[in-house]
Amino acid sequence: MWLLYLALASYGVATLIWLGYVWFQKESYYLAGSRTIALGWLCHTLALLVQTLTQGFFPVGSFGAALSLFSWALITTFLILNWRYPVKVLGAMVIPMAAMLLSGSLILPRPQELPAILQSFWLSFHIAAALLGNATFALAFLGGILYLIQERQIKSKKFGFFYRRLPSLETLDALNYYCINIGFVLLTLGIISGSLYAQYTLGTFWQWDPKETMTLMAWLLYAGLLHERLVKGWRGRRAALLAIAGFVVLMVTFVGADFWHRSYHRFDTFGRLP
Amino acid sequence: MTLVLIGLNHKTAPVELREKLAALAPEPAAAYQYLRELQAVQEALLYATCNRVEILFASPDPETAIPQVRQFLIAQGGEADVQAMQQALYVYREAEAVSHLFQVACGLDSMVMGEPQVLGQIKAAYRQGTEQQATGPLLNRLLHKTFSVAKKVRSETGIGGLAVSVSYAAVELARKIFGSLTDKTGLLIGAGEMAELAVEHLKRHGVARLIVANRTVERGLELAGRFGGEAVSLAELPEQLLRADIVISSTGAPELILTKDQVKGVMRRRKQRPLFLIDIAVPRDLDPAINDLDNVYLYNIDDLQGVIQANLHHRQAEAVKAQRIIDVETQKFLQWRETLAVTPTIVALVDKARQICQSELKKTLPQLGPLTPEQQKSLEVLAESIALKLLHDPFLYLKRNHHPKRRSQDIDLTRRLFNLDPDRSEDLR
Repeated sequence: MWLLYLALASYGVATLIWLGYVWFQKESYYLAGSRTIALGWLCHTLALLVQTLTQGFFPVGSFGAALSLFSWALITTFLILNWRYPVKVLGAMVIPMAAMLLSGSLILPRPQELPAILQSFWLSFHIAAALLGNATFALAFLGGILYLIQERQIKSKKFGFFYRRLPSLETLDALNYYCINIGFVLLTLGIISGSLYAQYTLGTFWQWDPKETMTLMAWLLYAGLLHERLVKGWRGRRAALLAIAGFVVLMVTFVGADFWHRSYHRFDTFGRLP
Repeated sequence: MTLVLIGLNHKTAPVELREKLAALAPEPAAAYQYLRELQAVQEALLYATCNRVEILFASPDPETAIPQVRQFLIAQGGEADVQAMQQALYVYREAEAVSHLFQVACGLDSMVMGEPQVLGQIKAAYRQGTEQQATGPLLNRLLHKTFSVAKKVRSETGIGGLAVSVSYAAVELARKIFGSLTDKTGLLIGAGEMAELAVEHLKRHGVARLIVANRTVERGLELAGRFGGEAVSLAELPEQLLRADIVISSTGAPELILTKDQVKGVMRRRKQRPLFLIDIAVPRDLDPAINDLDNVYLYNIDDLQGVIQANLHHRQAEAVKAQRIIDVETQKFLQWRETLAVTPTIVALVDKARQICQSELKKTLPQLGPLTPEQQKSLEVLAESIALKLLHDPFLYLKRNHHPKRRSQDIDLTRRLFNLDPDRSEDLR
């Protein structure tokens, strides 16, 4: 699995370069960081492909594998965002986060074999949509934190280290809007595909599994935010706070469900169906 | 010849009075016509900036001239304002007048210290003055000195940076709130010097639309025309706030123009689109509590100056430094003017000596019999050099750098000793 280590090394180096970019504000740092992160992403993608080909399915059979996938989804969404709507400083938060997730994945046990019943297109679609959705919400979460910092500085009229380095409020707010829109679509697709697949394999659409319930809560939260944004113009600080709250719920779901014994969504008991 | 400056500014008069006098400036021909006809006024300059209207003149007889010019200004205000106008007008003479002019030109007298626009306005007014042939050697020299002093103050102190940095900070902040300004609308409430400056900055950074809301629509139209915007009345303000993103308020109104509740209502109707309000009026136009609202950012002039921290402490120090330059330059100018008085005295003395030589030679030469032209020439040179050698020490004495007051006494004495003003010597007897 040298490819994963290479990816991790790239993420580590990119983190340093990106922190340098935040500190020195030199465009050359940003370019170097972007290239390093693209290289890391390539390695990560190749590693996942190799795993998929050798195991015959998505490497999701353990919590560690899920972390690696999530890390990959995070970098993927960040690269797409960086290409379409660059919020440069965001890298300094996204990349260390991805690096930590990936190193967590490398520490935790290796994935197991998946039973044949789970090896279906629908399940991979369910997982991919849910993870990419989570990653997009992660960007909205990080953007929300940046927004709160910047807003605090402008409101209180005290200008510190971050004032020059963070982008404008409108940029961060637009980031929030895009990410939550896209994340919401992905999450919805994830829920629908999972539900359909559950009906196909388990004979029921919805089981009130802890992960399902928590995800529904997060979904409602994001739905509410999008609705109020369109109708009443909930934006700025309020939208940032809700993006943060939504992501916290999602992370509790992502991590918490694994410690919740009754959940059939646990990554490391993936094979054992209820 | 005495230098006198009469006028009013934002410290002594409300906008209404200033406006009435400011009406003189766009068509100064009539005012200059009047000033030229005054016997006691030899040179004059009229200038109006947004916050002041002043007449600077040189008079051989200030006691007659000052009431006449004052009366002229008071008459502009109309009958209703005679009392107010009388109280608002200030009169400066000599050093005070020179120093005041320097202060105005350097922006030390402005509402926003160090703002550069006022210098341009004085330059324009001076150009008009020369076109009207109202200025003379004294004012020409004084104005050129003024421009060089302003330049000196600007380059040697940080005072010019202050005003620029305020509008720079405003634009910078707007950028941090809105990102790009190219699709944003600026709304100007009231139209002071500083507001114009900030708007100029915003315009240069690509604000898409500009709205000017002013109490008097004419002035609003004029400003809107200059920056390619539209003029509206103050009554339309709440409606206009729906369209604006960046609001610069600088009215002279004593009470608040926008309250928190009004802005709250506007924000609801704007669907919370961010609003950046800049209040540069003193007293304030905008309720400070507005800043508590979400997506609304309210800055007053001190906050903006806080953006560039160093300037806060800088400000007083720079003003002191500027004032010191002004004091020195005022003295220099007055000294120069004194030498102006010395020079004619010396010229008059030389003339007198030459005349005496000529008349004495005319008497003597015929008695000496036939002389060669060379002999005659050397006699002429001899006579003149005796006269001038004799005068050499008095000249040195006059030119020496005495205290100005002492010098004018010396000059006076010299003129009496040598009887340089024959018509004046009569009342001496």
